[in-house]
Amino acid sequence: MNTVENIKEQLNRLYSDKKESGLHAIRQNAFLQFDKLGIPGVRHEEWKYTRINALFNKEFRFPYTESNLLRNDWQSLRLPGADDAHELVFVNGIFSPELSVLRRPGDLVLLPLEEAANSEQYAKTIAANLGHSSRYAKDGINALNTAWMYGGLFVHVQEKHQTAHPVYIYHITDTRKGNVLSQPRSLVHLGRASGLKVVETFLTIGSQESFTNQVIELIVEEDAQLEYYKIQNDGLHASQVSTTHVRQTGKSFAHTVTISLNGNLVRNNLNIVMEAPHCESHLYGLYLLKGHSHIDNHTLVDNVQPHCFSNELYKGVLDEHATGVFNGKIFVRQDAQKTNAYQSNKNILLSDTATVNTKPQLEIFADDVKCSHGCTIGSIDTEAMFYLKSRGITEKNARSLLMHAFAEDVLENIKLPFIRSYVDQLISERLEFDLL
Amino acid sequence: MLKISNLHARIEEKQILKGINLEIKPGEVHAIMGPNGSGKSTLASVLAGREHFEVTEGSVTFDGKDLLELAPEERAGEGLFLAFQYPVEIPGLTTTNFIKTAVNEVRKYRGQEPLDAVGFLKLMKEKMALMEMDQSLLSRSLNEGFSGGEKKRNEIFQMAMLEPKLAILDETDSGLDIDAIRIVANGVNRFRNENNAVLVITHYQRLLDYIVPDFVHVLYNGRIVKSGTRELALELEEKGYDFIKSEVAV
Ligand SMILES: Nc1ncnc2c1ncn2[C@@H]1O[C@H](COP(=O)(O)OP(=O)(O)OP(=O)(O)O)[C@@H](O)[C@H]1O
Ligand SMILES: [Mg+2]
Repeated sequence: MNTVENIKEQLNRLYSDKKESGLHAIRQNAFLQFDKLGIPGVRHEEWKYTRINALFNKEFRFPYTESNLLRNDWQSLRLPGADDAHELVFVNGIFSPELSVLRRPGDLVLLPLEEAANSEQYAKTIAANLGHSSRYAKDGINALNTAWMYGGLFVHVQEKHQTAHPVYIYHITDTRKGNVLSQPRSLVHLGRASGLKVVETFLTIGSQESFTNQVIELIVEEDAQLEYYKIQNDGLHASQVSTTHVRQTGKSFAHTVTISLNGNLVRNNLNIVMEAPHCESHLYGLYLLKGHSHIDNHTLVDNVQPHCFSNELYKGVLDEHATGVFNGKIFVRQDAQKTNAYQSNKNILLSDTATVNTKPQLEIFADDVKCSHGCTIGSIDTEAMFYLKSRGITEKNARSLLMHAFAEDVLENIKLPFIRSYVDQLISERLEFDLL
Repeated sequence: MLKISNLHARIEEKQILKGINLEIKPGEVHAIMGPNGSGKSTLASVLAGREHFEVTEGSVTFDGKDLLELAPEERAGEGLFLAFQYPVEIPGLTTTNFIKTAVNEVRKYRGQEPLDAVGFLKLMKEKMALMEMDQSLLSRSLNEGFSGGEKKRNEIFQMAMLEPKLAILDETDSGLDIDAIRIVANGVNRFRNENNAVLVITHYQRLLDYIVPDFVHVLYNGRIVKSGTRELALELEEKGYDFIKSEVAV
């Protein structure tokens, strides 16, 4: 049976088991989309360098019964600072209330997505926002997540409320019983003048293959402030397509940092849609890969209204046979006069066999705008290397210090101290810095 | 301590050092002067182990070891230090983090325990004070946006932290104001003792008023063409290099 047929069969099985869902109409719609579009191949413009269809040569399970993952199984996977964070845990793509912890009730509203969709209070928000990301995805991958949409989560921050704790979202895939395709889905809603900090991370346990197709949609209303961190340091048998869709519906602030340190194939879609005048957004990214890892960052900033500001800086270090892709789109629509949009992508290749493809893509339909973009691909600075070595620093540590220094102007944007030091430590380990 | 014999070095096809002989003993200060492009920095770089120079002939021993066989970081561990003519800027690496790594690497090489945070801070404060450096430089990126004078003082600060046996100062006085020269010279003089040595590369007699050399050498066209005592520096200041050039020609 071909993969797409297999996926459709599993979707149909889900529908017949769990038909009565309030999300069924949108799921079925997405099913038709998926049926039409399928899994993108390399001839698809947006997937030219990322051979995602090759992953579907394997059979994946779509487990949707509650996983029997125990507290102990994931304790060691918790991130630093977790004791002071709300911890939201997805297992195999399904939100687990048992493993999740709200540090302070009332700081956040948490509801299963289906329940929220049926609730009087939130039905409107859901109807207006759920699936907004599909307008920006011209492929079957986003549709596949929506067609599944089971065990999803709705997070809401009340108007004018600054959350006291950051939210850590763990996406755990348990492959101890076989290859797993997991499809977490969440919708996060920041009410007017609220503030929220989110950290998302991905962890596979077990030695079989995992493929995570995740979608998170974040709605940022007027005067709200979002800080969002994505940390990808999963194993070499873990692949993912991770879509983060930020929709700024009022004058608001969004700050995103994406750190990718390990994984087999990683594709990030980061969309920032600025639908109101005077929105501000920051997009920072760091990818630091070796082996045969593949990282693809597709970012999109859509300036719909005038006077918006966006600043984007992505930096990459690729060693051994690692491959990288950066595709940065900036749309400036006709009404979006006085847009300020900046973009920069800088790469260092540490080996002859590492490669990167970088492409800025500006589509500007307004005439009074300031946009800039630039990309560089370089190698390690030999003068700086010699300087460090002449001070007694070994080749390996000198290289590690230089790469860490290169990453600094991305890393300094991680404003949560626990996460900052955690990432620093992962990078030092990755760069094999010998602690003295 | 350092013995250079018949050293030849080139870059690509260009022969730059054409047979250098020089011996430096513990406790001594040597000065090398010479016109632009004569090979002074090249000599310093070859001693420190910069890779793109190729040594084609000759030998260098440092405390009995074959210096040319050692990697740059090993030379530093053995006690060789080069204050760069053009210190490198490294955005993103703080001065503290850099110097801490360097100190502990060198200590490790020398079989010493790493300094703990308190000991390191104390040492660093002391040496910063000696060089009259602003503490705020420590948390800034290494040399990035430092003034010319701050960069040079930072080099001598690093020397003081690493306690080498032989310090080579490549035009550390260039671009310094009078006060800064005094500070740099003071740093060097405080560092000096009977067990270490200093090789000063300079264009100006002025520095040698503060760091008084035992020997002065003139490097010209890849060779040391004249050696003498500190009076030679005064003579050069007075007459320029022309008289050397005519002597060499004869
Ligand atoms: N990387 C290089 N490639 C080609 N030539 C070089 C290189 N580095 C140095 N040289 C040449 O070697 C010669 C000696 O240079 P060096 O820097 O040693 O001179 P110097 O005596 O230190 O001069 P200055 O007093 O100007 O500092 C010069 O002609 C210079 O152009
Ligand atoms: Mg020079």
